[in-house]
Amino acid sequence: MSANNLQLYDDGRLRHLLTLDGLPARILTQILDTAESFLSVSEVERDVKKVPLLRGKAIFNIFFENSTRTRTTFEIAAKRLSADVVNLNINASSQSKGETLLDTIANLSAMQADMFIVRHAAAGAGHLIARHVAPHIHIINAGDGRCSHPTQGLLDMFTLRHYKGPFHNLRVAIVGDVLHSRVARSQIHALTTLGCPDVRVVAPQTLLPRDVENLGVHVFHKMEEGIKDVDAVLMLRLQNERMRGARLPSAGEYFKHWGLTPDKLKRAKPDAIVMHPGPMNRGVEIDSAVADGMQSVILSQVTFGIAVRMAVMSILAGNQV
Amino acid sequence: MPKQLPPPEQLIDLLAEQIKPHIRAKCALVGIHTGGVWIMDALAERLGQDLPRGVLDIAFYRDDFSRIGLHPETKPSHLPFDVEDRNILLIDDVLYTGRTIRAAMNLLFDYGRPAAIKLAVLVDRGGRELPVCADFFGLKLDLASDEHISLENNATEGLHFVMKRKT
Repeated sequence: MSANNLQLYDDGRLRHLLTLDGLPARILTQILDTAESFLSVSEVERDVKKVPLLRGKAIFNIFFENSTRTRTTFEIAAKRLSADVVNLNINASSQSKGETLLDTIANLSAMQADMFIVRHAAAGAGHLIARHVAPHIHIINAGDGRCSHPTQGLLDMFTLRHYKGPFHNLRVAIVGDVLHSRVARSQIHALTTLGCPDVRVVAPQTLLPRDVENLGVHVFHKMEEGIKDVDAVLMLRLQNERMRGARLPSAGEYFKHWGLTPDKLKRAKPDAIVMHPGPMNRGVEIDSAVADGMQSVILSQVTFGIAVRMAVMSILAGNQV
Repeated sequence: MPKQLPPPEQLIDLLAEQIKPHIRAKCALVGIHTGGVWIMDALAERLGQDLPRGVLDIAFYRDDFSRIGLHPETKPSHLPFDVEDRNILLIDDVLYTGRTIRAAMNLLFDYGRPAAIKLAVLVDRGGRELPVCADFFGLKLDLASDEHISLENNATEGLHFVMKRKT
């Protein structure tokens, strides 16, 4: 697989994290296990909530698209590893003056960068950068177009494993706007690689990619059937900006059929967990009573996201040529 | 290379006898993953007091990270007591270069300022690269740099030493 030629060294160690598509289970599991250890760095018992692992490394958070949660948790993760972090909001910098993506990266590399965390609206932006950086520099894709969001997929796997145990016993439903969601793609790749036997996508036909079955998922067009007896419901954000198109009638109508309400959630197993990558549209894809309810683990996802990102950064930084 | 080593359980008895008179108020045992934790648990039985126990994994504090990367198997550190003003007995299986102990002390200080740290090891095999020495040890050896000793544990044999010569 071409992405793996880029993101793995010849000996199979991780060099960049660009996509979960094709990434072997052994690497996914290594990241999840390592993240388990990093959870203890944030414990209340610790006076100093950081470790010296990436002392002296320069990490650049380059976001060409808006983000609060992802950018902040990457920043906190880097700081807990004692790295120096620089945040770049590219809308407000030289790119608006016409600098190309690769020129921006070349300039930052000249400032002795060790790692770039990149979010970009264009699919494959991380791959492009990975092809052009010096051998010691690592790239983490923090979301590219509709394509992939690997650290979100990983933190979702961490959350699932934390609450529900091994993947080979699980039935998981991914519900909502799968078509526009890079999160859904990363979740599907991770779940199938880790051996989850029943991965479901639950959405109206208009919000599913063509040939989605080829990804190894079961497709449901009725919410009540799709989430029946599942261990976890992974909600997706409905991208409001798409509402104007012909794909959907209205937010109210969407909520009626596809919004997760306490009533619909009763179809899942009684101890099923509810996840959401944020930001949530309350009253569109999820009812507040569910988002804030006993089965919601949405805020744990955010906390676990820090440990998972610490794991990815430290594994990458430690893997040199 | 020594042909016959005493069984680890016997060395743990020896260690316990040395340590007993030094147990004071606000004392806690801290084992370093993985061998140190086995010894800590065996010691705790012999010391016969209900001392608080913690475990350390020093993977995030190693000084060879930039050379060999992150250890493939890390375990969470867990100290379920306040380290501040505590008398810590740090426990490991084999004392060699002293680098693990340096890392473990840095990790401990990120939890708080202990009153004192003492070091107990099952085997001091020589070959120090840092100014570290054990306050209590079960056995002292003088091994060459190509000789390797480790403590292993499994259901059939229990705790046992494995000696190897590096090729």
